[in-house]
Amino acid sequence: MDFFIQLLVNGLSIGLLYGLSAMGFVMIFKSSSVLNFAHGELLAMGAFLFLVLTTWAGLPVYLAFLITLAGSFVLGFAVERLFLRPLIGESLIFVIMLTVGLASIFKGILLFFFGGNLHTYPEFLPAGLGLQFGNVFVPPVYVASSFIGIVFLVLFGLFFKFSSQGIFMRSVADNQTAALSLGVHVKKVFALSWAIAAMVAGMSGIVLGVINGINVHEISAIGLKVFPVVILGGLDSIGGAIIGGIIIGLLETFTCGYISPSLRDVVPYAVLVCILLIKPYGLFGLVDIERV
Amino acid sequence: MTDNPSGIFLQLNNISVVYSDVIQVLKGVSLSVEKHRIVSLLGSNGAGKTTTLKAISGLLKPENGKVTDGSISFDGAVIQNSSPEQITRKGIIQVLEGRQPFKYLTIEENLKVGTATRWTRPYKKDLEMVYDYFPALTKRRKSLAGYCSGGELQMLVMGRALMAHPRLLLLDEPSLGLAPLVVREIFRIIRRINEEQGTTIILVEQNANMALQIAHYGYVMENGKIVMEGEARSLRENPDVKEFYLGVGAGGKTRTYKDIKSYRRRKRWL
Repeated sequence: MDFFIQLLVNGLSIGLLYGLSAMGFVMIFKSSSVLNFAHGELLAMGAFLFLVLTTWAGLPVYLAFLITLAGSFVLGFAVERLFLRPLIGESLIFVIMLTVGLASIFKGILLFFFGGNLHTYPEFLPAGLGLQFGNVFVPPVYVASSFIGIVFLVLFGLFFKFSSQGIFMRSVADNQTAALSLGVHVKKVFALSWAIAAMVAGMSGIVLGVINGINVHEISAIGLKVFPVVILGGLDSIGGAIIGGIIIGLLETFTCGYISPSLRDVVPYAVLVCILLIKPYGLFGLVDIERV
Repeated sequence: MTDNPSGIFLQLNNISVVYSDVIQVLKGVSLSVEKHRIVSLLGSNGAGKTTTLKAISGLLKPENGKVTDGSISFDGAVIQNSSPEQITRKGIIQVLEGRQPFKYLTIEENLKVGTATRWTRPYKKDLEMVYDYFPALTKRRKSLAGYCSGGELQMLVMGRALMAHPRLLLLDEPSLGLAPLVVREIFRIIRRINEEQGTTIILVEQNANMALQIAHYGYVMENGKIVMEGEARSLRENPDVKEFYLGVGAGGKTRTYKDIKSYRRRKRWL
């Protein structure tokens, strides 16, 4: 039973991270219909930026964290401005190929500077952060990642629900022509969704790096897990992305714990195939309001 | 020029519009709109009414259309082929045909999007103004737009446009698919907006009868050209308009196919 709860907690906190990074992916897709194949690399960029800031520059952790978030935000903004904006109006396949190309470029840059080896962050989480429930011990990393995950989730929820920028972003995702007719700056909305997506991805990259150590290949592969997550949740549902992330996270940890660790990375894709066969729009993607 | 109350507010000077570089839809349309007036644009399907509106509001661009010839000036500034972001900020707001709400946003959030063109956004007062014009929206303010009825949605999209404080409002077929009573209500509100807010309005309509009742001036389009124009009153009395758009024959009653030679007299415009 303790083992079960242990797995449950680990799965939830990993899943929350998957959900958050999938949320960034869904935001880009919803506002501009672009499938971002470079999402994993955005995670890796964040993770390595944090590595550079903490180990090489020796900055305090909280400062490094904030700078990484800001840096990722700028990176996302720049990617949209430099690469995607010229392609607005081109056919989807060009845009997708562009993101595949971006993925290779980012990966190449990271491999060039850091090589393919495993790096680790210095130990910075206080041991006191771990929680002890009876016989179950939750390691500090998982406590921290759940905390960060929930904080970000609430922040974004409030942002989308109440801020005018958030409402504009939802309006563009909902009906682009109508948003244009009212003078919403659609290009600004695209840029902002890339920036936010990159920021959340960078954040997830850091936390995943703390949990597993950082390696270019592994982190960008984790980034690809947004695909099973968003397809499970529904490509166009932000709430679905979060729930999909949690489901995939739980599935992974339970498979790892009860069946075999080597199956861990296979399960999400097996789920992906089943979902595509049974419910191609995902769990939450089908709720299209037909009454107009 | 700006403060001249009876001056020309919007001027389309012999404009041509081409989609995808090959399909010519407008072939030299000229029209002018004076401040604080309601101008109606009539014509059959495919005459180019919607395209004319989109040429004004800049919404041709996303559809790969372009003003290739002529000029559009609004309040002294040349605006043809400007982006919709720039044009809306000059105060021209188009209400799209077929009611395009943000389905997954609540009524109030929909209205809030209407403030996008304004930097300072104290929108509470504007919400009250919109609810005053469209009381039907008040009790639905928290519900998703996707679940509202057609009449409510038409009120919603018009209210959303009002939130932007438009100086020129382009209405594309507000009566489309609505029950006659609702249509009458909507037209009454359009006239009220024009009278109380002083908003200049271009009204595209199939329902020529209704449109000419509230409009001051009218243009008739056919095949991408303006074929007739005049004061609304004189258009209502014009025998051709009566026959083709109001469905009333020369004798004041509807033509029937029972009579000999009851087929439509084909009018050839210049």
